Amino acid sequence: MTDATVTAGAVEGHLRARRDTGRGLLMPYVTGGITPGWTDYLRAFADAGADAIEVGLPFSDPTLDGVTIQQASDIALARGASPRRILADLSRLPDLGVPLVVSTYYNLVLHDGPEVFCAALRQAGVGGLIVPDLPVHEAEELTGAAEAAGVEPALLASPATPEPRLAEIARRSRGFVYAVSLMGTTGERAALADSAAELTERIRRVTDRPVLLGFGISTPDQAREARRHADGVVVGAAVMRRVLDGAGPDDLRAFLTSLRRALDQECDRPR
Amino acid sequence: MREAPPRHRLVPLGGTMDGPLARGRFGDYGGRYVPESLAEACREVDEAFREAWADPGFRAALVRLLAVHAGRPTPLTPAERMSEALGVRLYLKREDLTHTGSHKINNVLGQALLAVRMGRRRLIAETGAGQHGVATATAAALLGLEATVFMGERDIERQALNVFRMRMLGAEVVPVTTGSRTLKDATSEAMRHWVGATADSHYCVGSVIGPDPYPWMVREFQRVIGEEARGQCAAELRTGVPDYVVACVGGGSNAAGTFAGFADTSARLVGVEAEGGAGAARGRLGVLHGCRSLFLQDGDGQIVQAHSIAAGLDYPGVGPEHAHLRDLGRARYVTVTDEEAAEAAVRLARAEGIVPALESAHALAWVIGAARGGELPAGSTVLMTLSGRGDKDVSTLKELL
Repeated sequence: MTDATVTAGAVEGHLRARRDTGRGLLMPYVTGGITPGWTDYLRAFADAGADAIEVGLPFSDPTLDGVTIQQASDIALARGASPRRILADLSRLPDLGVPLVVSTYYNLVLHDGPEVFCAALRQAGVGGLIVPDLPVHEAEELTGAAEAAGVEPALLASPATPEPRLAEIARRSRGFVYAVSLMGTTGERAALADSAAELTERIRRVTDRPVLLGFGISTPDQAREARRHADGVVVGAAVMRRVLDGAGPDDLRAFLTSLRRALDQECDRPR
Repeated sequence: MREAPPRHRLVPLGGTMDGPLARGRFGDYGGRYVPESLAEACREVDEAFREAWADPGFRAALVRLLAVHAGRPTPLTPAERMSEALGVRLYLKREDLTHTGSHKINNVLGQALLAVRMGRRRLIAETGAGQHGVATATAAALLGLEATVFMGERDIERQALNVFRMRMLGAEVVPVTTGSRTLKDATSEAMRHWVGATADSHYCVGSVIGPDPYPWMVREFQRVIGEEARGQCAAELRTGVPDYVVACVGGGSNAAGTFAGFADTSARLVGVEAEGGAGAARGRLGVLHGCRSLFLQDGDGQIVQAHSIAAGLDYPGVGPEHAHLRDLGRARYVTVTDEEAAEAAVRLARAEGIVPALESAHALAWVIGAARGGELPAGSTVLMTLSGRGDKDVSTLKELL
């Protein structure tokens, strides 16, 4: 089945439905276990109008993350965070009305094996999965297990991805396609990279799946600009820097509300 | 943890260290687990290496550099007094005598030539003991490239001499302050940096780790150790090949290069790891730094920090081909403590007038222990790769002795 609308799972269905109303999608990120009451951030995200929420399972060696998320991962691990504990916290949450997407490195998936890992995600109410060090040519081991468990693995596309491979990524991705805005690691940037627009346009040409743009999007202006090209944005380091600086759920609600407003103002539908 | 299958034949199928299988696999290990932003860069390195390795012109240029710049071939030295004391016949493959003082130069000259061929203007490298960093800085200077070397802050403290050498050679040395501040973190930081620099920079991985094609390519560049030694043993030994071939293993590049020369013979291959960095002996399946292999991990799957007196063995994993050779039973992986390695270094200095790197001293410590314990039968012939010289370690040893 290659028809995306037929294979769309719950995450993709949710994102498509919201996109089709003309809404710019917002997926904020939080490092699981970063503070004792960390799931309060998730409620704040949902209140502020998030369309999906990304929860990072911290890994000891986050090779695609810049300093902010590295530091957040170290702090969470030092607090005793582990995949098991974070998923247990998530399973105790009431339904927030938006899909939860877990992101982590492949070593943590492989630890108990993709089947057990994906089943545990499903049990915790997680619908999507992002594994930044698992490129499409190595993804088969995971995608089969994810499908069996009802988890949608979203694949990443990069400005360096050549054309036929981009189509394969779009075809095999589930939930959405994660467009990496620039050639670099996660982290706040002063401006949206030029490569962002070009990449999202290239992805749109090969798929109808929602395209979320991430890496470096830190301000309402950047979110507004990103919205001109993509269906929505992922905001990670800008959230986590505030958390590291001591911002609580209310502060984050205010920040995300400003991003929400920016996305809502940008009504130039790209198609 | 996977148990190695019983050793039912001398050279198991797939244990002769030829090219990797499809998708860069050595058995179940290897592969190319990189962020999408590096996938194309890895493919380009793979394509360029395959072309270059099939090009007699490239091979000739490398052979020439290895001879006129690095000083190859290196000698095979019979360790006469050690042999007499241990009751075995020990031969040392003298990589410590190469220019820059370790086997690292073999790989780096290969990759630097490749980088030039690919039109890159800069080399990126990670380094633990500093030997790979020094070799990279050297090759960059020789071929007119820039070099940026990532080194853990902790290693910078204990290897000040090598840091100075790199800077003198014109390289930029970037201290890495995250995690354990050693080789693992330097490798992560080099990969992060490469993501933003693929257009003009070549990532010169220093060991048989990393994404495909690195484990295979680095082994091929290090194969010269094993091939030379094979020829030298054939001339020196009545049996033609030694009974045992021994090398230290961090990521495992000098061992891979040495083993490659003997994998299709009856020689028993022994890789010696540091007690606190025994990826092959005690790691479990995982993915780190671009490849699927064996890594030291805690109960949650977090990578555990390695600890070794030898900065070059301070890595929590092992190259994927070593993991495969272990599973096949083609090579054995054993461990040695810091103290045993330090003692072995002193013993070699006093018996043979050679001060070995602490990394290489691990291999020797196993030979000493195995000869004493009867594991090495009296009269066995043993080839040991002396991967580097010990100048860089004198301050470490001074504190210990």
